[in-house]
Amino acid sequence: MKKFIAVLLVCLLSVSVFGCGGGSGKGDDDAAVIKIGGIGPLTGDYATYGVSVKNGAQIAVDEINEAGGVNGFKFELLFEDDQADPEKAVNAYAKLIDDGMNVSLGCVTSGACVAVTEEIKKDGLLMLTPSGSQLECTQYDNCFRVCFQDPDQGKYSADFIKEKAVGTKVAIIYDKSNPYSVGIYDSFIAEAEAVGLEVVTAQAFTDQSNTDFSVQLQAVKGSGADLLFLPIYAQEAAYILTQADAIDLDVIFFGVDGMDGILEKIGEDNIALTEGVMLLTPFAADSQDEKVVNFVTKYKAAYNMTPDQFAADGYDAIYIIKAAIEQAGITEIGDGFNEALVAAMVQITVDGVTGSMQWTADGEPAKNATAVVIKDGVYVAFE
Amino acid sequence: MKKKIVFKEKYISYLIIVVMFAAAVVMIRTGTASRKLQSWLVPICINIILAVSLNLTVGFLGELTLGHAGFMSVGAYAGCIFSQAVQNVMPAAVRFPLAILVGGLSAALFSVIIGVPVLRLKGDYLAIVTLAFGEIVKSIIINLNITGGAAGLRGTPQDSNYIWAFALTLVTVVVITNLTESGQGRAIKAIRDNRIAAEASGIDVTYYRLMAFVIAAFFAGVAGVLYGHNYSITSAGTFDYNKSIEILVLVVLGGLGSIRGSIIAATLLYILPEVLRDLQDYRMIIYSVVLILIMIINSSEQFSSVKELLDIRKAFRKLFSEKQKGEALNDQE
Repeated sequence: MKKFIAVLLVCLLSVSVFGCGGGSGKGDDDAAVIKIGGIGPLTGDYATYGVSVKNGAQIAVDEINEAGGVNGFKFELLFEDDQADPEKAVNAYAKLIDDGMNVSLGCVTSGACVAVTEEIKKDGLLMLTPSGSQLECTQYDNCFRVCFQDPDQGKYSADFIKEKAVGTKVAIIYDKSNPYSVGIYDSFIAEAEAVGLEVVTAQAFTDQSNTDFSVQLQAVKGSGADLLFLPIYAQEAAYILTQADAIDLDVIFFGVDGMDGILEKIGEDNIALTEGVMLLTPFAADSQDEKVVNFVTKYKAAYNMTPDQFAADGYDAIYIIKAAIEQAGITEIGDGFNEALVAAMVQITVDGVTGSMQWTADGEPAKNATAVVIKDGVYVAFE
Repeated sequence: MKKKIVFKEKYISYLIIVVMFAAAVVMIRTGTASRKLQSWLVPICINIILAVSLNLTVGFLGELTLGHAGFMSVGAYAGCIFSQAVQNVMPAAVRFPLAILVGGLSAALFSVIIGVPVLRLKGDYLAIVTLAFGEIVKSIIINLNITGGAAGLRGTPQDSNYIWAFALTLVTVVVITNLTESGQGRAIKAIRDNRIAAEASGIDVTYYRLMAFVIAAFFAGVAGVLYGHNYSITSAGTFDYNKSIEILVLVVLGGLGSIRGSIIAATLLYILPEVLRDLQDYRMIIYSVVLILIMIINSSEQFSSVKELLDIRKAFRKLFSEKQKGEALNDQE
């Protein structure tokens, strides 16, 4: 028994040692390498977002390297797990700095991203978060993002529903313990009032009660709403769709970018339930746009699933960094590298898979929101 | 008569912390500490404070509490809100110690509020009530505006650093080890071992249970203040019952009633998942397997014989007793 344990421990130790060696041995090729460091949940409840961003970014990195790189540089993607926890995100960030990160992708989730901005500020690196949507994720001058910020999503959703007359009586179910959800909810309510959209009921839940929604759904049913706005993540949305079906709730479901991934979460058997569900997202995987088709094909080939919006954000983030490097005309990593990149960010226009984007000095992207509707298990652009 | 030198176990605990601190200082001053290592220092100290303080209630008092993270969050929010309020009035050197006091005392206050009614009861009620307490605190924090709601409290000055963290860790360990060796500590342990006998010996059971409970909560609050001032965002979700269970795991793994064990477990279990980062996707699986292995090995008979060989205290005692024997022989001659 003792021997067995000893052997096991030795194995563990050697695995970890070799793991270290493998990681640091890379990057000494002839071409100079720009290391892009990403942080996101690869394990835990929010793993799907981190994995999507990582996969999307990896495809872009491979594409760029195959095409010969940028200004003589090759890209290398380093990605660390933070389980969506601010404390672990800061640790992951420190590890990436140790590994020689040149440009940061910030964090995939908002809370973790806010914690990391404080460190980013000290180091002066360019940070471009693919999906950190909370306002404070870009609170410092060197912080930018690819996705919409939370308040914008609520505002766009309310405008969209009003303009296209998708629904007239809106019910909302949101996650009171989730900053992302609360941020969108607040701005939606404010904008709905401004444009005269009637909100008949707003039901809250928390992460302690995120599996049984019968109370909220009954309230929605009783309120006579014709549209249910769900500014929540896909897992909860999947429960809501299933349980709404059980009580024959007849409304239009309208989500935002967090609901992306609903097709995987709800599972093959229940795919019919997603028929007609609408999402406000800048990315539609079925789009006939040449770039999108290319990205979706490669993603499907590499990971055997359809990319969601997070993957698209990760993919775009890499191309944005490429554009910034080209704009700044950087040919070597040295003094002024960070400053030049940050300065270039507000000058570039990038036409990515999530639309055409430009940045303000606040780090906010200007891009159009579009809605998709799910038909037969695929996203179709809303007409 | 010469004063007898007694090598007490608690000195090893102090020594571990002082050595860790010295190593940290040397490495940071000479620039050999990686960013990774530097970012671990404060969280490790927070972990130690939490584990050692929880050990007071779980290990020495023998009461299961599942709300340690609740007290931590009370301390964190109280300390952070205080710091933000006086941010422009006081320099960091004055503000931070006061924030620590505010955080610790707020946590202690809450522990009195729930401790007074619950600790009068016999049985496992404390576990249930503290579990509920942690969840109630979390819900309240999410619904208040002053705490930043679900988005978390942002903009706290980043006053914590590893020097403060180590100093507070040492204070925690010194206070709790000395408490457990004092008269009060013996009373606390007597209650754990046999409540009826303790009551019969005239020990005020409720008073001592409350004392241990409140002191543990105070230090949990202190750990919370350290946490809140180390990251620019404090969100209520961090302090859920999973966090309480994590702390309990540290205590159980380190050994109930062993301060030194808590220190070692708190340090190792913090570093382990971080070191395993290079294993990528297998990290959390291997972490869990290692946890199970440590548990099994730690409780196996074969390992306890190995542990005895490694027991520094016994080695020292042996050394001293031989020395004393020698001196006694010299005296006779």
